Amino acid sequence: MAGRGSSQRTVTLLLLVPFFLWLFAFLLLPAIMMLISSFRNEGGQGFTLGQYAKGLTHPLYTTAIRNSVLLSLFSAFVGIVLSVFAAYSFTTFSAKARDRMLSISNMMSNFSGVPLAFGFMVLFGTNGLLTVLFKRLGLPFLAFDLYTWKGLALVYAYFQIPVGILMIYPSLYAIRQEWKEAASLLGASAAQFWQRIGVPVLLPGIVGTFSVLFANAMGAYATAYALVTSNYNLLPIQIGSMVSGEVFPRMEMASSLAVILFVILTIALWINERMLRLARKGL
Amino acid sequence: MSAVPVQTERRRSGGRVWHSLVVFVVLGFLLLPLLATFLFSISTEWDRTILPEGYTLDAYANLFADDRFLSALGRSFAVALLTVAISLLIMVPTVFIVALYVPRLEKWLQTVVLLPFAMPGVVLAVGLIKIYSAPPLAISGTIWILIGVYFIIILPYVYQSTRNSLRSVNAAELMEAAEVLGAGKAAAFLRVILPNMLPGVLVAGLLSFSIVFGEFVLANMLVGGSYEVVQVYLYRMMAGDGHLSSAVIVTFFALVLILYALVLSIGARMSGKKQPSTSGKEEPA
Repeated sequence: MAGRGSSQRTVTLLLLVPFFLWLFAFLLLPAIMMLISSFRNEGGQGFTLGQYAKGLTHPLYTTAIRNSVLLSLFSAFVGIVLSVFAAYSFTTFSAKARDRMLSISNMMSNFSGVPLAFGFMVLFGTNGLLTVLFKRLGLPFLAFDLYTWKGLALVYAYFQIPVGILMIYPSLYAIRQEWKEAASLLGASAAQFWQRIGVPVLLPGIVGTFSVLFANAMGAYATAYALVTSNYNLLPIQIGSMVSGEVFPRMEMASSLAVILFVILTIALWINERMLRLARKGL
Repeated sequence: MSAVPVQTERRRSGGRVWHSLVVFVVLGFLLLPLLATFLFSISTEWDRTILPEGYTLDAYANLFADDRFLSALGRSFAVALLTVAISLLIMVPTVFIVALYVPRLEKWLQTVVLLPFAMPGVVLAVGLIKIYSAPPLAISGTIWILIGVYFIIILPYVYQSTRNSLRSVNAAELMEAAEVLGAGKAAAFLRVILPNMLPGVLVAGLLSFSIVFGEFVLANMLVGGSYEVVQVYLYRMMAGDGHLSSAVIVTFFALVLILYALVLSIGARMSGKKQPSTSGKEEPA
């Protein structure tokens, strides 16, 4: 019996081997190699902090980091505001309508990267549908240039909305169902409800979702890459061009920038974890 | 659940207009680029007027006559199918074993599966290119590196939904019952647990399929033209033929639509089969 049990246990543990091998080969090993390479000289030798020093002081890279952070903060802010309004409005409809709205929103989260860039060119490009429409209507000031920061910010805000709705919907649904009716039975006005209960209870979820959206935009590469003819100076774009765009790949510099990006993303996601824990405790 | 008391209904009629408006504007904004792309794909000339000057299906005819597109489509299907199949084949037993027999690993596993969120494509690519461009494992530029890394990309979703469906079938109790009745562990898992988990796992598979199918960054950086998938084909066509590109996007979205319809019908069947118990109270991912 004991023999059978232990051999069964061996078989059980053997079944875990493929997963760990895969994880090691395609996640942990690349991460380790990237980390090692970020401390090497150009050419891959020796040990240096020079790549990080350059990454954090050279104007080209500090601008890239700043641009990425600003764009991500802005798009996450617009994204969270619109998501909260939309998701809350969803909760006021019947179960069937709600499910349909959520499905549409979730489905549109697949409209990202290259297709998204193309879709916005059709709308806001030089001869875009809305560009022509606004000009005809005598509102040329509405027809802005897609290939500027303003255009990029709009596109980034767009792809944040489905993700934001997906993440914030459950907490809004919970609040709507139970708390609001209780509050109105006790005679609280809508404003009082949101001020005293709604916003404080939702805050961890909102902050958490905000940090996920921030991370989502920080790591985004495809949309900006596909949209822009004249290069935007964004952190992921810099990394990408060093690895695959240039004649001589600059692996070490790319690695240190990638580690910097990784650290920023980890902080943002860590904040989300904290907030999730806080929200669970609160409810 | 759906019946709202009449009084509150009347009091909220102003709110009704507002909420309908919000939903209309936000969903409209989300759908707008796709609708415009669709319109562009069936238009003849469209650069001076507000609406297209004429309509045609030429772009689709050209697209599906293009061998390069058909090959790219085939490759995308191959990558997505293989990745999802391998992922489910490995992850379902792994999640099951860890949850029931090696619970010490569970916490660690939960953290590890979140790592891909901190390592987006452009970060992952840096390390992958370094390792897999040179012998002994020079798989850069082949389908294998894509399958390898897409397994990681979909890991958070596959893990989460597998874990959720495991929780919802009460795996520990079912296993115990099956073993008391004399079934071995393997038989109990294959005959009792797996069939019960299947709908949830299938949903995870379909969603993962759509993620892999739409992935561009790694496909472009790691493989590019040597194993051209649909997204890379689209990127390369974009500068040249707008009508063709928009037809590619609409085709891609038709596929996404089918996948989501399948997900919804599985979801409907699941909630139909189960009694209105705790099934809706699963932890959101």
